[in-house]
Amino acid sequence: MKRYVVRRLLMAIPLLAAVSFICFMFINLIPSNPAEVALRVQQMPVITEEAVARMEEMLGLNKPFLVRYFDWLAGCLKGDFGISYVNPARTVAGELARCLPATLQLAAASFAIVAVLSVPIGFLCAVYKDGWFDRIMRGVIFISTAMPAYWVGLLLMWGMGVKLRILPTNGSGTWRHLILPAFTVSLSYISTYIRLIRNNMLENMKQDYVLYANVRGLPQRAILVRHILKNSMHTCIVAMGMSIPQLIAGTIVVENVFSWPGLGTLCISSIFNRDYPVIQTYVLLIGVLFVVFNLLFDILQTVSDPRLRREE
Amino acid sequence: MTPVFEAKELKVSVTGRRGERELVKGVSFSVEPGRCLGILGESGSGKSMSMKGAMGLLDRSFRVSGRVSLQGEELLTKSPEELRRMRGGKVGMVLQNPMTCFDPLYRIGNQIGETFAAHQGWSRAEIRSRSLEMLERMKIRNPEEVLEKYPHQLSGGMLQRIMIGIAMAMKPALLIADEPTTALDAITQLEILNEFIRIKEENTAVIFISHDLNAVSLAADEIVVFHQGMIVDRGDFRHILHRAKDPYTRLLAEKRTAVMRSYRRALEGKETIYA
Repeated sequence: MKRYVVRRLLMAIPLLAAVSFICFMFINLIPSNPAEVALRVQQMPVITEEAVARMEEMLGLNKPFLVRYFDWLAGCLKGDFGISYVNPARTVAGELARCLPATLQLAAASFAIVAVLSVPIGFLCAVYKDGWFDRIMRGVIFISTAMPAYWVGLLLMWGMGVKLRILPTNGSGTWRHLILPAFTVSLSYISTYIRLIRNNMLENMKQDYVLYANVRGLPQRAILVRHILKNSMHTCIVAMGMSIPQLIAGTIVVENVFSWPGLGTLCISSIFNRDYPVIQTYVLLIGVLFVVFNLLFDILQTVSDPRLRREE
Repeated sequence: MTPVFEAKELKVSVTGRRGERELVKGVSFSVEPGRCLGILGESGSGKSMSMKGAMGLLDRSFRVSGRVSLQGEELLTKSPEELRRMRGGKVGMVLQNPMTCFDPLYRIGNQIGETFAAHQGWSRAEIRSRSLEMLERMKIRNPEEVLEKYPHQLSGGMLQRIMIGIAMAMKPALLIADEPTTALDAITQLEILNEFIRIKEENTAVIFISHDLNAVSLAADEIVVFHQGMIVDRGDFRHILHRAKDPYTRLLAEKRTAVMRSYRRALEGKETIYA
């Protein structure tokens, strides 16, 4: 087990190196000069050639591409993610730390909604397959998968905020501000997991162990919950685990719709301002999250499945 | 003697995309206490379908009709809950693939225990002592360790014996064995067959479903032959082997005789070489 974890962690290093390089390269392909953009954002009245040159010198943009990449990488390894091009008074790490809590809050609330709604609904759809509930949910899943998140967000803002005036449409602070954005983020995940759990359960129902549980005269409720649901959840665990970084990364659009002060909003404004260090560090952070959660849930699956666990 | 189990004109049909299709077309058979009825037939002949239908193990797309009685009680009119209490209680059942019949996520002891708890109001300690007693009766070594094992850590033969043990623990009037030896190697098959003979001697009625004439011949007192959802022949082993009227039964018997003949010839051939 220990060796497995170490090996997986070692394998993550080249992966993250590749992620950071590709990200660095693509951002540097953006056809505009970040020094010039930084000067504009800092509201320099007249932008001269010399001012741009001075800014380039200051931000280290006059060095060759590879040198800049390795400088940045070396900094990252030391925990120094650089300073923001746009606002040199702020460090990248500070900016991310300022926005991370709001995003985590949104992601956690969305995850809770996903888990609380999709497991029971998926369970009921499988138990009453082709019944009225299953048919209705099939329609709902179809519609909610087809609707893009920003549009659902706008609809909810209009319905709940403008027409009914029961929930605030933007900003953050109280739990009431959290409801609409969290629900918008979770909607497409809920449909995915309802389908996953429903189909897993229907697949498990055909297995020999279910027939044998019936042969032994176990009560239906015990067979459904203890055996079929547990076996179905088991395959969902990894998928759910991989959704956590996706939730953190995937809030970009919704955060902007609801002006939620999280990483997504920071990332979008950094892209507009060509604030390379912030974007690079954000992408690297998401990459690290994917690797960590992937590993964590692989280990969790090994622990929870007796067939994968090696008994001493 | 009055039969323990009796099926009269039992029919099973399934409703699919192409309308209703009859899988078992009116079969009648019965088994008395201390006797073993062998149901012989190839896969898809309806042999296992008829028993599943009688015990309420088929889903809603199947329709079962006719009359099935257990100790004089009509089964087909019973509610699902009454049938559930009967399964694992009055009627024990053993299935074909012991390796896949247990839930991979629970320990063996847990799965034995939940079966006992579903039928008896035993305490935790009593369930444990009865489980150990049952494993010992099935001649399983280190029963305490086996209770802590997961299904994938035990062999097919061991799991099959545990299955028989679970079925017999509730002292059923009828034991249904659905291809109990098919997934096992030859030596384990013989052990399991001897187990059924012993169970029969304890006055339990046994229904032994198999496509293997050899296995059926060892355990069964009477054999019915299924072919395409109908009983085409019935009688004891000698009858099936030598005096069968039905062409399909004769085919089965001839195959078996041919195998035995070549087996003997091989043995004799060896003897002449070494003699």
